[in-house]
Amino acid sequence: MSDDWRGISRSYLRLREVEVTVLAIAAVIVLAILVHGLWRVLAIAAVLVAGVVAGFVVQRRFNAWGYAERADDLLVKRGVLFSRLSVVPYGRMQFIDVTASPFERIFGIATVRMHTAAAASDARIPGLVKAEAERLRDRLAELGESQAAGI
Amino acid sequence: MTGDWRRLHPLSPVVRGGRGLIAVVVILIPSLLRGGDTGTRYALLAVAVFMFAMGFIRWLVTRWRIDDDDLRIEAGFIGRRSLRFPLAQVQAIDIVRPGLARLLGVAELRLRMGGSSGGSARLAYLRESEVEPLRTEMLRLAHGAPEAGPDEVPAWIAEHLVSRVSTWRLIVSILITESGVLAEGVLVVLVVVGVIEPGAAAGLFSGGAAWAVGAGTQIWRRFNQEYNLTVAEGPDGLHVRGGLVALTAETIRPGRVQALRLVEPAIWRLLGWCRLEVDLAGKQKSEGEGRAQRGQLRALLPVGNRATAEELIDRLMPDRPRELVPPPRRARWKSPLRYSLLAYGRTDTCVATRSGRLRRVTVWVPLEKAQSLRLVQGPLQRRLNVASVHVDVAGKALHAIARDRDATEAQRELDTLAELARAARNVA
Repeated sequence: MSDDWRGISRSYLRLREVEVTVLAIAAVIVLAILVHGLWRVLAIAAVLVAGVVAGFVVQRRFNAWGYAERADDLLVKRGVLFSRLSVVPYGRMQFIDVTASPFERIFGIATVRMHTAAAASDARIPGLVKAEAERLRDRLAELGESQAAGI
Repeated sequence: MTGDWRRLHPLSPVVRGGRGLIAVVVILIPSLLRGGDTGTRYALLAVAVFMFAMGFIRWLVTRWRIDDDDLRIEAGFIGRRSLRFPLAQVQAIDIVRPGLARLLGVAELRLRMGGSSGGSARLAYLRESEVEPLRTEMLRLAHGAPEAGPDEVPAWIAEHLVSRVSTWRLIVSILITESGVLAEGVLVVLVVVGVIEPGAAAGLFSGGAAWAVGAGTQIWRRFNQEYNLTVAEGPDGLHVRGGLVALTAETIRPGRVQALRLVEPAIWRLLGWCRLEVDLAGKQKSEGEGRAQRGQLRALLPVGNRATAEELIDRLMPDRPRELVPPPRRARWKSPLRYSLLAYGRTDTCVATRSGRLRRVTVWVPLEKAQSLRLVQGPLQRRLNVASVHVDVAGKALHAIARDRDATEAQRELDTLAELARAARNVA
């Protein structure tokens, strides 16, 4: 089986990195105001270390995301610690929605979510460039229609 | 057959109003007897009259007929609705009789449609004597069969009994489930405390009262639903009937089953008992549902022995895997309590998984009903080189999980299952 895996947009990684950085800076500012003496240095150092670790984790998780369009189903993989691989047949998709939060919009990306009748299927792909998200949505809708199966 | 417009049974609003009406009457009577405050009395009377009038109008404007191959219902006073249900799409027709309806000699006919048309395809209520012939007639139209001859045996007679639950066994089984044992334990503690220290018991009782009512309702509901549950095999599927106060009768076609679950609680296993539940496709809305119909999982065999359960499973899933294979021994480190029960097996059309810590739970899913597949691997599983395969079905009641399989096997199974599920869908 030749699975043609695609990753997600680097903008998604950048968005996550910005989030981590902003959080870390905010934490440092709060600590600098509230904590005094030697503890201040230790606390800020701890936040910085945590920030670096979080940045590393964000990078790994970004790399783990991927999706592949096969002839009859869509594969989505994600997760580092808990790795998941979902197989969603096109015929089972009930509807597809594309969402973008304000921050995602700034970075020009969107999330595509596939819904099946099963509550557990949870197939979503975040961090797609807007054009790719729309292409995927249209393609999935088209395939879903031609392969639709009843419940 | 084209029938004329017909009305529902005149007592329908009474049954529909049911509990609300009884509540109003109960509140009303003492205040009428005491002759107390006239203000409240008139207010309550007004409410009662209003409810009655609304129910009556609703009955007056609702009518139905069978028109060629459709069931048509017209309803609504202000917003008029005209509903048309093609009988060809009917999956099954159930007869539901809540307690009050039985007292008044009426019954509800509920059509289960292929799609999710919800709970609107129902005729509530009709005279008891006309329900069974109407059901037969509708089923005949649904299957496009010719007009039934006078000497032809109706579908609901040509059946044979598969299982029936005995009352004592149902009672015992409820008493010895985990929740039952817990409830009894709490009860014993309460009584013992009450005998030794009556003062302290008062506080305990008031605290335990809410809990006791909750547990009591749950046990009662289960008993009420599963009392005298009978499964018979007919030409169109399994006919399930039962209930103590509210009677239900429904037909389960093999194609409607999207999962089967066999539960064997630890204590039951000593007796060789088990419980079989079905997960049915075509969920109904809970609004306006009889209590017995709520929830997707339905007991087919509330309690019974393995052989009866196997017989039922055979009928609903003829091509099921006979042998389940346990995961590799190293999975013991990840699931020490579950390991002895874990197993997985499949045929070309069906998967089966077994799991559970105290209770042994076996789930069967026909592959044509699989909505999606997932391969999940946690950190501990990665170290042990094992992974779990999930087979999801519609809704959230059930899904089959093959836990802790060898990682290569899991990956291979995922691919094979995707392929088999596609083939199964295309055939269906």
